[in-house]
Amino acid sequence: MDRTAFGKAQMIGTRTVEDVRADFPILDRSIGNKPLAYLDNAATSQKPHAVLDAIKVYYEHGNANVHRALHTLGEEATAAFEESRRKTQRLLNAARPTEIVFTRGTTESINLVASAWGESRLGEGDVVLLTDMEHHSNIVPWQLICARQGCRLSYVPVQDDGTLDLAEVERTWDPRTRIVAVTHVSNVLGTVNDVREIARIAHAHDALVLVDGAQSVPHLKVDVQALDCDFLAFSGHKMYGPMGIGILYGKESILEAMPPWMGGGEMIRAVHADSSTWNDLPWKFEAGTPNVEGAVGLGAAIDYLHGLRLSAVAAREEELARYAMERLRGIDGLTLYGNAPQRGPVFAFTLGGIHAHDVAQFLDREGVAVRAGHHCAQPLARRLGVQATARASLSFYNTFAEIDRLAAGLDGASRFYA
Amino acid sequence: MSAFDDMYQEIIMDHYRTPRGAARLDDVPQSMVHENPTCGDSIKLSVEVGSDNHIERVRFEGKGCAISTASASLMTESLKGLSVAEARERADTFIKALRGELPADVLDGMGDLAAFKGIASFPVRVKCATLAWHAVLVSLPGA
Repeated sequence: MDRTAFGKAQMIGTRTVEDVRADFPILDRSIGNKPLAYLDNAATSQKPHAVLDAIKVYYEHGNANVHRALHTLGEEATAAFEESRRKTQRLLNAARPTEIVFTRGTTESINLVASAWGESRLGEGDVVLLTDMEHHSNIVPWQLICARQGCRLSYVPVQDDGTLDLAEVERTWDPRTRIVAVTHVSNVLGTVNDVREIARIAHAHDALVLVDGAQSVPHLKVDVQALDCDFLAFSGHKMYGPMGIGILYGKESILEAMPPWMGGGEMIRAVHADSSTWNDLPWKFEAGTPNVEGAVGLGAAIDYLHGLRLSAVAAREEELARYAMERLRGIDGLTLYGNAPQRGPVFAFTLGGIHAHDVAQFLDREGVAVRAGHHCAQPLARRLGVQATARASLSFYNTFAEIDRLAAGLDGASRFYA
Repeated sequence: MSAFDDMYQEIIMDHYRTPRGAARLDDVPQSMVHENPTCGDSIKLSVEVGSDNHIERVRFEGKGCAISTASASLMTESLKGLSVAEARERADTFIKALRGELPADVLDGMGDLAAFKGIASFPVRVKCATLAWHAVLVSLPGA
């Protein structure tokens, strides 16, 4: 496929790609004497001026602790913090802002559920159902709680095309399963899982569903009510916001019934010498001074994405992904992992017998940034029978020319390490 | 010379393409495998020590990148003929030099190992270059 097939002007909605790229100062950087081609967006995305400016303005103009101070700055900081919560609620189409808990990121969100929900709802002999394509952050918290509660983990296998066989999940359902924790989009295979169907199966058996949305919320319209998931976790930094801020969405009745996780200020109603009572949702789960800067930055990132229009972002990423797929398939010796009919803009691959580290290091010389390793998904790497893969992951701000440079770099690496 | 060229010097590429001391080591138990958790690289070693307590032969079986393969290959040559104590000291010095705990220039006195000087400035790759050397420290007698 020739990239001219997509037309000369590369557009994101009504804006040109060049115009949108100018929103991201880091994209101007050079690596050595080559312009940066940042293709590691699944690890973290870059940040637009809108987000950087919002954080600066917050500190220069409105910094105060939230939910405590009665002075003007305190009122403004609290309003900004809670407004970001409502922006997140609207982004996810959650029923209420009380269902949105600020955390440090996806990992902390999943740990919160595994610990607080698991402690009260998991018992001896119960089963936590994961899949073979989970990130370590959706495996290890469950291992920890299973060791404490005497329950066990079970894994849905990944099929050769990178999908899950949901009919098989239903057929082999273990009645002791209490929760299914599944990624929405695989950070290695790119597979978009049908989490709505998984939720239907789980709910039919009185189990809950936690969705790891780290790789989906930045790229797809995620509607928690349409998916009917019980929990959804994601990180701000993978969707153009700052690091250190993340979200746990949980259905109100479920969050309400859970014990607190961390103790401290903010999460209490009254503290006595021997006991305390808990604050309302969502603050019951937000002990200590929160990351207000992060929440403000995340709110600005959500506004930024709405400004581009989520549908335009998705359309742009789809055309980039199609082009990348064509180019990668044309490279001698390249094996691409994950061939699901529905996939995100993530491409994990091996190149002949060349180690992924060597591939990534060679591409770095060309200014092309990709990830190499097991991508925090060792069980999946074992399933695929590979030690390590290189991974290119795209964002709307990437260009066809950058994908061409990736392809040229891979051909160069094949020659260099031959 | 660019940082990349500094890392992938000709001598390193030569040892990567034609590793010395590479062998199938089926008799070395799986429990003796050393791994780099960041990339899943792994290595097994066989160290043969003569009656005079000097190293007669080092062989390795590994899966890894160019840097870790070349480092293991160069190590098998570098340790041959050394006493166990000298080998231990050399491994210790090599690891410290790459980690920046000793000046990288100490590698200048270690023959072809000087080719690894450039890697000290790539912290992620230091683990690749030192994997075989960590393995040998626990494989030498008296470990």
